[in-house]
Amino acid sequence: MVLETEKKQKKYKVIGTRPIRPDGLDKVTGRARFGADIDLPGMLHGAILRSPHAHAHIVRIDTSKAAALPGVKAVVTNADFPHVPAEELSLGEGAVNLVHLRQNVLAEDKVLYHGHAVAAVAATSAHIATEALRLIDVTYELLEPVLDVRDAMKQGSPILHADLRTRDMGKDGDIPSNIASHLHFELGDADHAFGEADVVIEREFTTRMVHQGYIEPHNATVSWDEDDHLTIWMSTQGAFNVRDQMARLLRLPVHNVRVVPMEIGGGFGGKISVYLPPVGAILSHKTGRPVKLVMNRTEVLEATGPTSGSYIKLKMGATKDGRLIAARGELAYEAGAFPGSPVGAGCMTMLGPYDIANATIDGYDVVVNKPRVAAYRAPGAPISAFACESVVDELAEQLGIDPLQFRLQNASKEGTRQLRGTTFPPIGNVAMIKAALASDHYNAPLEGPNRGRGVANGFWFNAGMQSSLNASVNGDGTVSLIEGNTDIGGTRASIAMQLAETLGIPMEAVRPTVVDTDSVGYNAVTGGSRITFASGWAAYECGMDIRRLMCARAAAIWDLGEDDVEYVDGVIRARKDAAKKFTFAELAGRINSTGAPIIGNASVSPQTVGGAFALHIADVEVDPETGKVQVLRYTAFQDPGTAIHPAYVEGQMQGGASQGIGWALNEEYYYNADGTLANASFLDYRMPTTLDLPMIDAVMVETPNPGHPYGVRGVGEVPIVPPLATIANAVYRATGVRFRDLPISPRRVLKETQGLE
Amino acid sequence: MQAIAYQSAKSIDEAVSVLRQWGERARVLSGGTDLIAQLREGRRHDVEVVLDIKSIPEARELRYSPGQGLYLGAAVPCYRIYEDAAIARAYPALADSAALIGGIQIQSRAAIGGNLCNASPAADAIPSLIALGATCEIAGPNGRRTLPVEQFCIGPGRSALEQNEFLVALRLPSPAAQSGSCFLRFIPRNEMDIAVANAAVALTLNPAKDRITAARVAIGAVAPTPLLVPEAAAALIGAPLTEATLERAAEAARAAARPITDMRGSIAQRRHLARVLTRRAIESAIQRAKES
Ligand SMILES: Cc1cc2nc3c(=O)[nH]c(=O)nc-3n(C[C@H](O)[C@H](O)[C@H](O)COP(=O)(O)OP(=O)(O)OC[C@H]3O[C@@H](n4cnc5c(N)ncnc54)[C@H](O)[C@@H]3O)c2cc1C
Repeated sequence: MVLETEKKQKKYKVIGTRPIRPDGLDKVTGRARFGADIDLPGMLHGAILRSPHAHAHIVRIDTSKAAALPGVKAVVTNADFPHVPAEELSLGEGAVNLVHLRQNVLAEDKVLYHGHAVAAVAATSAHIATEALRLIDVTYELLEPVLDVRDAMKQGSPILHADLRTRDMGKDGDIPSNIASHLHFELGDADHAFGEADVVIEREFTTRMVHQGYIEPHNATVSWDEDDHLTIWMSTQGAFNVRDQMARLLRLPVHNVRVVPMEIGGGFGGKISVYLPPVGAILSHKTGRPVKLVMNRTEVLEATGPTSGSYIKLKMGATKDGRLIAARGELAYEAGAFPGSPVGAGCMTMLGPYDIANATIDGYDVVVNKPRVAAYRAPGAPISAFACESVVDELAEQLGIDPLQFRLQNASKEGTRQLRGTTFPPIGNVAMIKAALASDHYNAPLEGPNRGRGVANGFWFNAGMQSSLNASVNGDGTVSLIEGNTDIGGTRASIAMQLAETLGIPMEAVRPTVVDTDSVGYNAVTGGSRITFASGWAAYECGMDIRRLMCARAAAIWDLGEDDVEYVDGVIRARKDAAKKFTFAELAGRINSTGAPIIGNASVSPQTVGGAFALHIADVEVDPETGKVQVLRYTAFQDPGTAIHPAYVEGQMQGGASQGIGWALNEEYYYNADGTLANASFLDYRMPTTLDLPMIDAVMVETPNPGHPYGVRGVGEVPIVPPLATIANAVYRATGVRFRDLPISPRRVLKETQGLE
Repeated sequence: MQAIAYQSAKSIDEAVSVLRQWGERARVLSGGTDLIAQLREGRRHDVEVVLDIKSIPEARELRYSPGQGLYLGAAVPCYRIYEDAAIARAYPALADSAALIGGIQIQSRAAIGGNLCNASPAADAIPSLIALGATCEIAGPNGRRTLPVEQFCIGPGRSALEQNEFLVALRLPSPAAQSGSCFLRFIPRNEMDIAVANAAVALTLNPAKDRITAARVAIGAVAPTPLLVPEAAAALIGAPLTEATLERAAEAARAAARPITDMRGSIAQRRHLARVLTRRAIESAIQRAKES
């Protein structure tokens, strides 16, 4: 449902409609090609040996027996990679040290988590490759694992990296530590403000590692040619990003690496960093043949993805009349085996929904013996929002103020100063909360025992970054749009729609194609909720480029000055002579007989992302005897700026809510005491099924972003921010117990409500 | 590479002779929904041949008459049970189990016999078979024998089948008038999970429907094997249908549970669930008996 569409419908012709996505038919018929569909002449199949231990020295790797197995063409270890400098490499969402990336792809002298890749084989069949893994003999010297963020921070804890020092305000500490960095943010004077507060609440929270749970496992097929050119077909959110990672890791010029992004079965941030391509590359280099690697689900869960488990301590204070005036927070996020948790984003987004003048927040990025974390939909924000929205809920309750009303009266708005120092541009937070307050859901009575309603707010920055694309005008008036962004959530449609809107032609006249890294200019990742925003902006610029070229062409045909021609609603006409006009298609038909082909080009790096807010309402029922939580009703409110394709915005809102509900209720990495992961399957890693979710109602409350030609804000990430606290707050009202440790699984509910453990 | 041979037996004798020939290296294949997954995960490295019993007439047969009771061939897929109205009415707990193992695809393949022979402590058909008083018909090199189903499982993944024996069928006695049964399991989600605990109850009411005259209670996922709980049955038999009676029986189930803590549940949670599920299954079985 879109609120405030009236105005927009008048303003736009294409934007705000719901056309069928250009890739839709191929996807429902199964014709769409994914990475695992690649099959090349002479192709070998790779397999990866993984560590059964969470923490150990690698004493020796004997690959001789595996190499001798008939059909095996190569066996590789970390020693087969060239050396790389310890430089930071940006991943778009997050960054990684090259040495750590190399050590994650194949362990060097230590394995740091259960499932850490140790060696790889290429063979003539997948079966032989798997069989060969059994013949690789690795001698480990076991070390004590450290599995919890608070344990890892303690003095005397086992150390993962002997060379890791805590980076604190730009300076490195002088003793080895698992704390990779300490961040500190300050706004106003929190200590003083707490003195003025009438109500102060301080609470502790923990969350567990959770996985993005994309349906398609990682895959890569790599062909290293005789002239050192590499082609990689794979599932990735960022083909250019993979290209840059590969060039740096393998010490090749960038133009030697071509990445062909195949269709993608979900990523949510987990398909940005490379896992398989470097391994495939050295296997292909050794054998001179293309090598294909496809992970199974266990590998996906053990060695890719997750986002941080965490510990948070948060204190907030308010005045009697319900004004939030102070916050003091300490956030410790698990980075997994290598530094790089999203704790910074967690700190900076936590208070985003509020106008709160005084805050001090400390963040700690901590390594533990678990898989290296990857970006996951609004990285870091759901965790800190869980803490903040739980405390805010408790403050409202103590003050006797309706929880939504309390959020409204403290809502951030245009001009509110944020913790990171900047002030908000026009944002939709207030309008969205008001819509929620007035909604049917919020005003519907919730009757019956063991039921409760919860609400929570959430903020995410969104990102701009770089986008490039081009479009050729064809003789029949159609347009071929060439872009470089993996289409995860319907972005072929949303980009094409913005080009069509700009050109004043139907969306169906634009055919978008996603191409490889040699075939279009640089594009940053499909991430940060940025594609419809930034690539949409590029489509607008590209459209304006085409409009200029079309006007110039018409001027030449009519022998007029360029300024005498204008472009209005897809018609190119002379300003002063009503008889002189071409429809877009008419002029397109004359392009090649009147001059050079017309191609629009655009490269953009927009910064004015606007910021996104989401507010969720949940009704739950808790079975007091089994502890099981059933979600009865769920409504997600969000400000998308302008919803280009409302159905796909709704899809993002529903998807984010579903993932957040899973995070709240049952998803967790479950570790045995020895550090082995016990639940690396979709059977025991419990994402919600359709039977576990109600229909998620999506309400878009549009406050156009003045920083975008069409008012777009990113929409993909923010809907996962509120659900954790929304569910926890609802469960509190159903049970009378505040759950501050996730997940709120039946086991935990029984423990908290009946003391059963 | 694990190359596995496939053989399909057409008769009980042929099956026994294949088992004799291959011994430990053979595995019986019913629906394959456990076995094939285990083979693919490399958990059964010793297996060299799978012996398909789906072409043996005695293993495919499903027959019910109120006088004779139920003959359930070991390879009969689950859906045939719940789609047969007479069987579903006579053995509601078994129909409950058959309808909740996996989804429709799995139920089209998976057999109750396979569920039993896999001998998982958390198997969803075994408590129902125990509560309903099923008997195993077993064939082997020394001929045929029978065994009460509660004696079949002897440990996680281990059964009382001797070397080269296999399960041909299960027999369930006809329920007496005014009988009802129910199977329940607890899982954190509403689909796709292995039972944290489960329970089955079968009982018979007196003609006045105010007293239980016979009962069997079984619980699963709370011990190395599914358990028959005679103490729970004893608490029900002859007692009036009161709150206290039901609680005593449920408490007996709790007391009988000997669970472990793992990623799927804790000891305390499982004991508690054994009580809750038994209690709820009794209530439902009584209701069904009253309506029968
Ligand atoms: C997606 C999915 C969901 C599932 N959900 C559930 C669930 O909800 N609840 C549940 O309990 N199980 C579940 N299972 C497990 C499985 O489907 C059941 O245990 C099923 O009943 C097994 O029957 P089958 O005929 O497929 O057995 P098979 O796989 O053919 O055999 C199982 C084992 O028993 C042996 N065996 C089979 N028949 C005989 C025989 N006649 N004599 C001797 N040995 C024999 C086999 O050698 C093997 O070791 C699920 C499985 C999958 C894949």
